[in-house]
Amino acid sequence: MSVDIIATPRSTAWLADANPLAKLGAGMVLTIVLLISVDWVSATVALVLECALLPLAGLSAGLLLKRGWPILLAAVVGGYSTALLAPKTGEILLSLGPVVFTTGSMESGVAIALRGLAIALPGVIVLASTDPTDLADALAQKLRLPHRFVLGALAAMRLVGLLVTEWQTLGMARRARGVGGGKGFFRGIKAQLGQAMALLVQAVRRATRLATTMEAKGFGAGPRTWARESTYSRRDLWVASGGLVMAAVSVTAAVVLGTWNPVFG
Amino acid sequence: MTIQRSRGSAPARISAKGWGWQHSGRHTRAVHDLDLEIEPGERVLLLGPSGAGKSTLLHALAGVLGDDEDANESGQLLIDGRPVAESRGRSGLMQQDPDSQVVLSRIGDDVAFGAENLSVPREEIWRRVSAALESVGLDLPLDHPSSSLSGGQKQRLGLAGMLAMRPGLLLLDEPTANLDPAGVVEVRDAVRRSLDESGATLVVVEHRVSVWLDVVDRIVVLAPARLGEPGGVLFDGPPAQVMAQSRELLAAAGIWVPGYVPHVRPRTLLPHAMINPDDAGAHLLLEAASLAVSRTKGRKRHPVVPAAVVPSVLVKAGQALSVTGPNGAGKSTLALTLGGLLAPVAGRLTALPELARGAGPAPLKWRGRDLISRIGTVFQEPEHQFVAHSVREELLFAPRILGHGGDSVDELLTRLRLEHLADANPFTLSGGEKRRLSVATVLAASPQVLILDEPTFGQDANTWAELASMLTELLDAGTAVVSVTHDAAFTAVLGGSRLVLGDSVEGAGPLAVQPQQLAQPQPAQKAVHR
Repeated sequence: MSVDIIATPRSTAWLADANPLAKLGAGMVLTIVLLISVDWVSATVALVLECALLPLAGLSAGLLLKRGWPILLAAVVGGYSTALLAPKTGEILLSLGPVVFTTGSMESGVAIALRGLAIALPGVIVLASTDPTDLADALAQKLRLPHRFVLGALAAMRLVGLLVTEWQTLGMARRARGVGGGKGFFRGIKAQLGQAMALLVQAVRRATRLATTMEAKGFGAGPRTWARESTYSRRDLWVASGGLVMAAVSVTAAVVLGTWNPVFG
Repeated sequence: MTIQRSRGSAPARISAKGWGWQHSGRHTRAVHDLDLEIEPGERVLLLGPSGAGKSTLLHALAGVLGDDEDANESGQLLIDGRPVAESRGRSGLMQQDPDSQVVLSRIGDDVAFGAENLSVPREEIWRRVSAALESVGLDLPLDHPSSSLSGGQKQRLGLAGMLAMRPGLLLLDEPTANLDPAGVVEVRDAVRRSLDESGATLVVVEHRVSVWLDVVDRIVVLAPARLGEPGGVLFDGPPAQVMAQSRELLAAAGIWVPGYVPHVRPRTLLPHAMINPDDAGAHLLLEAASLAVSRTKGRKRHPVVPAAVVPSVLVKAGQALSVTGPNGAGKSTLALTLGGLLAPVAGRLTALPELARGAGPAPLKWRGRDLISRIGTVFQEPEHQFVAHSVREELLFAPRILGHGGDSVDELLTRLRLEHLADANPFTLSGGEKRRLSVATVLAASPQVLILDEPTFGQDANTWAELASMLTELLDAGTAVVSVTHDAAFTAVLGGSRLVLGDSVEGAGPLAVQPQQLAQPQPAQKAVHR
């Protein structure tokens, strides 16, 4: 009956078997290149290429919309605000009092919205195709991050899934005590804050018990071995070069079409 | 690390020499003047009244007390002749809460975790993982998600993780307190099997003596560490001898000694006297028909599979209804739905006018203050329901919402032996005190229907008897009591009718059984409702 958002069954997608560090690296290259320029061509090309990769991450369009709608919403809002505030160049498309859209401002708005999506999507792809345990193994074994920190964070993430169930239970338990009975906005806020405090208390108590369990299992006492070896394979070469190629194609297309517009210089 | 590995899994010897421990910020010692020798391979049940420092001793042996700099240690506590701090990895600790037992999200990884920390080579780790899972009887794939295990399975997973560390000493701190009867047997048998294989030393703390009586070969009873009184060991010897010597003392301290049924105030009105077919309708408070319950909300396109489907539930004034059945049968979900806290997935739940008193027929729609004076729900975990900073404030909470004074608060405090704790923070109470308080807070609103979810889980015999006596009194006064419970003795004391939920053959979904009267036992009429 637990709502578990972390320990979903292992993904069978092609990208799921790549080393998490290769995926992170590829995603970062693409993101950094997209941050350099503000133009709609590079963003559009990157976005199209990223969408083509979705099946490799085991993501369908429907699943993407279900999980990524806040990002889409943010991109649309960002684009709208830009279109509203950007310099009003070109023909006027719409004019309602202070709300004025021109072809120039619309172009800026669309460019920002596309860019936002193109920058966010690699993150969604990496998250959807990466098992947290694999990521922790890679960070500790390949990147040599301190294992105390990495495994502590991994164990804590598992508790996040439990907190979702805990929040629902607390809501019911507190209603059974008559909390949140009054009407009005501020009373509602107060009740939510109280419930959040109670959740925090439960989270701390549970984390303390978990820390005891980990300590009793000898965690944190000097060197350790790893039951799962984090390895690189030919697939990771494909992933890394894929990231580079996507970044290169996006920039080249923008330069060729003359829209390349670096934010510096 | 290498030293520990070379010592392998040889059973550990424990010796305490005048050992004592005082937690920082406490006035009294948790343990003092303890002299105890436990031979390698011995299996010891550690008993004692609440506050005798049993858990403290176990945590000390597990090496998880060490970081407290302000704590005060005296004497010596040795494992194999070395201080505990130098014996990391020699012992494995199992705690009470199954959820805090699991570290990683896949069972294979979780079992491997301890062995990894002891720098066991990779190939050896996986050999140990398979052997450990087999030893505890968890026949599941290595990548099975640990979150989908039952409480008993989680405890066995924790045990497997310990076994993979090849410890010489198993320390179990009330390992079955949060489990249903099937889970208790499951865990106990897994522990016994693994001990037979490894020969490790065992120290277990548990309130219910009968669970471990066949497993242990020695019982040690600790004295409560009170100021000015000698601490240490009260009784020590083979189980039969110690039981004979200390039975009275242990029973008085609330320990469940075998064959002991604590005295409970009996019901003055016999249940069957209340079931008069002619006036049954007059006492009906809450009625459910074809009720399907689930914690997740269904959507039009994705209807949920209900946790349970119940053909009929009748909650009547002055009558007890016990909801029983195996884990995962949807008992708690049914209780939450009856309590007006969850929306029914399908079917009908109606509060009759005698209960609704103008608030409408659907308890889910009632405002908080209308709900608490009509239906009170006591959750399994008392901490979930604490909303105030002191015991007294906690008890005043409901009367304040209802707008009447807290005249009954002092009476409730005395009644539940909490008066000396009136100003204490609810979270600092003991397990039994928390349970008594959580019941009292709900009773402070004088609900007509009282719903309790596993009220006797992990409770000592004294709290159990107080709880049962209070409920028989409430029943005689006309309150309806619905309890979700695995506790047959508790059900027998309350009487009334029983609703058995059961998950049937795997994959066939939940089924519910018609309510039957406990007074006249009938063969269970099982009917599948899909």
